Amino acid sequence: MGGSLNINHLLFLGHGALWTIGLSVIALVGGGLAGFLVALGRVSPSRTLRLLAATYVQLIQGTPLLVIMFLSFFGLAAIGFNISPLAAAGASMTIFVAAYLGEIWRGCIEAVPRPQWEAAEGLALSRSQRMVKVILPQAIRIATPPTVGFMVQIVKNTSLASVVGFVELTRSGQIINNSMFEPFLIYSIIAVVYFSLCYPLSRLSRRLERTALQKKPALA
Amino acid sequence: MNVSTAQSASPSPAATAPVVAMRGVHKSFGPLKVLDGVSFEVARGEVTVLIGRSGSGKSTALRCIDRFETIDGGEIEVCGRRVDDDKLDLRALRLDVGIVFQSYNLFPHLTIEENITLAPHAVKRVPKDEARALAAKVLKQVGLEDKLHAYPEQLSGGQQQRAAIARSLAMQPKVMLFDEVTSALDPELTGEVLKVIEALAADGMTMVMVTHEMGFARGIADQVVFMHKGKVHEAGPADILSSPSTPELAQFVGTGL
Amino acid sequence: MGLELDFSVVLDRWRSLLDGATLTLQLAFIAVVCGGIIGVFGAIGRRGGNPLVERLCGAYVEGIRNTPLLVQIFLVYFGLSSLGLKFSAFTVAAVALTINVGAYTTEIMRAGFDSIVKGQIEAAEGLGLSKAQIYWHVIIWPGIERVYPALTSQFVLLMLASSVTSQISAEELTAVANYIQSETYRSFETYIVVALIYVALSFVMRFGFWLLSLALFPRRRRLGTPL
Repeated sequence: MGGSLNINHLLFLGHGALWTIGLSVIALVGGGLAGFLVALGRVSPSRTLRLLAATYVQLIQGTPLLVIMFLSFFGLAAIGFNISPLAAAGASMTIFVAAYLGEIWRGCIEAVPRPQWEAAEGLALSRSQRMVKVILPQAIRIATPPTVGFMVQIVKNTSLASVVGFVELTRSGQIINNSMFEPFLIYSIIAVVYFSLCYPLSRLSRRLERTALQKKPALA
Repeated sequence: MNVSTAQSASPSPAATAPVVAMRGVHKSFGPLKVLDGVSFEVARGEVTVLIGRSGSGKSTALRCIDRFETIDGGEIEVCGRRVDDDKLDLRALRLDVGIVFQSYNLFPHLTIEENITLAPHAVKRVPKDEARALAAKVLKQVGLEDKLHAYPEQLSGGQQQRAAIARSLAMQPKVMLFDEVTSALDPELTGEVLKVIEALAADGMTMVMVTHEMGFARGIADQVVFMHKGKVHEAGPADILSSPSTPELAQFVGTGL
Repeated sequence: MGLELDFSVVLDRWRSLLDGATLTLQLAFIAVVCGGIIGVFGAIGRRGGNPLVERLCGAYVEGIRNTPLLVQIFLVYFGLSSLGLKFSAFTVAAVALTINVGAYTTEIMRAGFDSIVKGQIEAAEGLGLSKAQIYWHVIIWPGIERVYPALTSQFVLLMLASSVTSQISAEELTAVANYIQSETYRSFETYIVVALIYVALSFVMRFGFWLLSLALFPRRRRLGTPL
């Protein structure tokens, strides 16, 4: 693939971009599911669960994603668990996303107005019924804009999977650069691709936020 | 307290010239005409009270004097300075004019003393300790000498408004504007603020105020300007409140508002 | 195979770890101070009324917030060297982190400045304060106080993100970890220890910002006004 930038390079970058999207989806789904549990744990009536969830959030939010990546790829390999770069990256992203989304969603659950909780209690619904039927549907509406906003963080953070050798967009750029050595050009192209993935999400998040603000009185 | 260095630079009009003069002032917000040829004058040492229904343009007229609003036509002269001039020295105008707002607008992150000393120190370059002495003096004038180191949120609404008046006084203005300064206050707190304003009037401060307190206006005004639909509908001494000559003012006074 | 963990070979290198942690905090400190200053001016630029400046500041914020830090670091690193400029990895790292956090800070500060109500500004105008004085006394400091928790979180995130500069060989904590694990073959233990050091640094930073808030906002110190 040496020489100047050609169509093969661009195809290779496109392939990497697809894996960036793929890893983002894995992180969103995996991290979303785990994050949902974290959020429920944070508002759970059980003290132990609350403490457990809070400790998890504190630990992960205090650790760089890069270190989590190293830990799950090199660290696990060193103690005998050899996993693929994809599995390591996917697991790291899931662990990471769960802590942040869990905390965002906890805020959204708690943002459901107090009278709604009391009204649900007054109807003699069980705790899980209250959650599923009354609180969560409202929390989801509140949670949509910040969740879309956090998807931008997810997409950007998948770039760190490159350090464990997973060939997503950044890594494919590095590989091309190794043969061409045009780093500024190549990283500029990569930045533009990331931007075109992230900017629409940023815009969407802001638009959702604005409409949510306008609809707020209906929620209260 | 000799802190008048900045003021001495301003032109000194003849003693008989009005402190504030509006001549045929026009002002629109988009399609809405709020001032439609407003004219009145305020003589030195006199109290002028602007009254009228909400939307009559009285607050806008007041804000034009301190150039918080720019005008579309006519002339405004304040302390010998043309306010409608594009090249107006805004800082000099605001050194001459003090303004107190309905919502006090004290700076919440500063103590009362810091609220008062901020502008004398920053704008007039009064040394810090001199500014502090000044703050003590004006706070005494409004009866808040014990609140020097309190924060605004620790004060009642009436106290906050008195502190805001003190903050304005510390700049030693030649004319003071009061924009519905008691409208945000509970009835039992308006009295303490009005008393401070009365004392200022007795001291000979030139004042222009927008108020809904008719009894107070009657007692303090040298001139009453009744505004209606963006025009000066009727103006004269405080007596016009007791014997209005237009049906609109009669109705306005009659409603007690 | 059985799990045999040996933390002692990692902990024996506490001097290197300490050096790495110190460098991480130095990087964070430089980026927070410089990025904070960029943030104040960026926020003023975004609000300032000059359409060209507004667009430029907006492009800066959106450009940075929608691309990965790793790519930004590479761009600064290779961008500077393609201009023929040679800087140490530490300098490049500090520059890239500053540019990055400056954009986030701009956005947070803008929200803070926008939260100052018009009456505050009119009161200051009425007292004859100049535009710059109004910004300094009435908008910047109260605005920062409003968004202080968000700023603190962003700055902690930045400190954690500085680990990425290990990729251009800045000798901060993560780079030290990479070095230790390559020498000891104890990757798992190394990264666990380093993760815990980062957690501790996060706490230290949060505590530091809390102390700083007491110095910056005397009203909060005296009245316990919540941030």
